[in-house]
Amino acid sequence: MATSIDVSDLNIYYDDFLAVEGVNISIPARAVTAFIGPSGCGKSTFLRSLNRMHEAIRGARVEGKVLVDGEDLYGRGIDPVDVRRRIGMVFQRPNPFPTMSIAQNVLAGRRLNGERLKKAEADAVVEQALRRAGLWAEVKDRLDRPGSSLSGGQQQRLCIARAIAVEPDVLLMDEPCSALDPISTSVIEDLIHELKAEYTIVIVTHNMQQAARVSDQTAFFNLAGVGRPGRLVELGPTEKMFANPDDPATEAYIQGRFG
Amino acid sequence: MSTTTETETRAVVRPGDRVFRGISSISAIVIVSTLAGVAIFLTAEGVPGMTASADQVKSGETFLRYVTPLVFGTLWAAVIALAIATPVSIGVALFISHVAPRRLAQPIGYVIDLLAAVPSVVYGSWGILTLSSSIQPLYVWLERNLGFLPFFAGPASATGRTILTAAVVLAIMVLPIMTAICREIFLQTPRLHEEAALALGATRWEMITMAVLPYARSGIVSAAMLALGRALGETMAVAMVLSASGVISVNLISSTNPSTIAANIALSFPEASGLDVSVLIGTGLVLFAITFAVNVAARALVARHREFSGAN
Ligand SMILES: Nc1ncnc2c1ncn2[C@@H]1O[C@H](COP(=O)(O)OP(=O)(O)OP(=O)(O)O)[C@@H](O)[C@H]1O
Ligand SMILES: [Mg+2]
Repeated sequence: MATSIDVSDLNIYYDDFLAVEGVNISIPARAVTAFIGPSGCGKSTFLRSLNRMHEAIRGARVEGKVLVDGEDLYGRGIDPVDVRRRIGMVFQRPNPFPTMSIAQNVLAGRRLNGERLKKAEADAVVEQALRRAGLWAEVKDRLDRPGSSLSGGQQQRLCIARAIAVEPDVLLMDEPCSALDPISTSVIEDLIHELKAEYTIVIVTHNMQQAARVSDQTAFFNLAGVGRPGRLVELGPTEKMFANPDDPATEAYIQGRFG
Repeated sequence: MSTTTETETRAVVRPGDRVFRGISSISAIVIVSTLAGVAIFLTAEGVPGMTASADQVKSGETFLRYVTPLVFGTLWAAVIALAIATPVSIGVALFISHVAPRRLAQPIGYVIDLLAAVPSVVYGSWGILTLSSSIQPLYVWLERNLGFLPFFAGPASATGRTILTAAVVLAIMVLPIMTAICREIFLQTPRLHEEAALALGATRWEMITMAVLPYARSGIVSAAMLALGRALGETMAVAMVLSASGVISVNLISSTNPSTIAANIALSFPEASGLDVSVLIGTGLVLFAITFAVNVAARALVARHREFSGAN
C-alpha cells in the first residue's frame, strides 16, 4: 500500500499560460512532504497535477511524467477517476457538500466507490473518520445536520474526514490548517503523524513551523521572476532545509527575509 | 443627555436606500393590486354563473358538474406535459452546462431560447397538421400492445387529436423556459463542490448527481412550477389540437378527451351570452385558484429543503 510518486520535467499550463515549469521531484512513500513558497508560485497548481484534478479546469493541461509506483499517471488508458480514488485531496478552501448531512459528507466517497455499507458499518466509518479529524466531539450529536451548518474550520475538518474515510493511498492537503485555531491545527498535525505510517502525504503550508513540525522533506517553490512560471527551487530533508539550505532564496524565505 | 443618545441610536438612512425602498415597494404594491383586481373581477363576474341552476345555462348542468371534467382535463394535460418536459429539460440543460463542449453548447442554447419566441398558434397548427397525424400510428401500436393499461385502453383515435398529443405540444412549449432556468442554475453550481466530488473519484455523471442536481433541486422545482403555470393556462394550442368531449378519463389515446379550462373558455366564449359568460368566467376563477395553489405547494416544497439547499 506504500505509494511513492516520481515527477519528471513537469510543465503545467492554464491554456497557454505556463504556471509551473520543469518540476523534478520524488515523493517517498510513508513520509510527509511539505511544499512551501510564496503565494502564486504554483504550489496548488502542482499539487492538483498529482491527482489529475488540474485537468478538471477548462483548458488546463500538463506536459511531462508523473510516475505513481512506476506507472505514468498521465499515460494512455489511465482513467483520472481511478487516480482520484487512490489519491485523495483536501482543498485550500473548505468544500463540504451543502446538500448533504455531516454523516453523508463523510460517507460520500465511500458511496462513490460502490460500497454497500450496513448501517452499523457506516456509523463506524463516520465516527472513526470524524475522530481522526478531531471533529467528533463537536458534531456527534448533530450528524444529520447539513455540512454547511458548521463553522469554516469545522467544515475544513469535515473535508479532511471525508478524504480519509475512503482510505486513499496518497493524501494531498492544500493548506488544510489555514482556517484552523491552534488546537484543531495540532489535532490535524497529530493525524498527519498517524497517517504517515501507512500513507504518502503531501501538504502545502504557509506556516514554516508547521512544515518543520510535520514534514520529513520540504520542497521550496518560487517564481522564476515577475511574470515567469513557478519552479521547484530546492528539495531536501526538512532539518537541512531549515538549518542550512543550499539556495540563498530558500534561506531568505524560511527566515522571513523575502522581498 | 437623553436627546444625544436618541440621535445617536437612530439608524442612518441613505437617500439611495430610500429611493430603492420606494421603487421596490411601489412595484410590489402594483403587482399585488393587479392580482387582487383580477381575483375581484373573476369573483364578481363569475359568482352568478357559479350559483346558477342547471336549467338556466346552456350546458344544462350545475356549475360543479360542468367544471369538474374541465379541472380534471386541465390538470391531467399539464401533468402529462410536465412529466414529458421535466426529464427532457433537465437532460438538455445538463448537456449544455456540463457535457457539451462550449462550441456546441452555445448554439444549442440559442436554439432552445428561440423556441420560446414561437407563438402558440404556430405550435397549435403544427400539432394539428403534423404531429397528430404522424403520432397516430403510435397510438394504434400502444393500444394493441399496452392496451391493458387504462392509459392506453383505446380505441385509438383516428385523427390523433388526443390529450396526449395536446400534452406533447404543451411539453414542447414549456421546454424552453424550463431548460433555460435549469441551465442557469446548473451553471451556478459552485466550482468548489464540483471539484469536491471529482476529487473523491466521481465520474462526470456521479459529480452531477452529487453536486449539481442536489444544489439545483429547488431551482428545478421552481422551473417546473413556472412551466406548470404556463401549461395550465395555455389556451390556443390546446384548443386547436384537442378534440374534446367533456369526459373524465385517463385514457390518453382515445377520441373522447377531457377539455381544459382555458381551451374551453376560448372555444365557448364567442357564442356565449348572459349567464353562460358568467359560467365561463367562473371556470376562469377556478383556474386562477388552481394556479395559485400550485405555486403555494411549490414554495412549501422548496422551503422544506431550505437547510440543505446550499443557500447557506
Ligand atoms: N484556474 C486558473 N486559471 C488560470 N490561472 C490560474 C488558475 N489558478 C491559478 N492560476 C495561476 O497559476 C499560478 C499559480 O497559482 P497557484 O494557485 O498554484 O498558487 P499557490 O502557490 O497555490 O498560491 P497560494 O499560496 O496563494 O495558494 C498563479 O499565477 C495563478 O494566477
Ligand atoms: Mg494555493
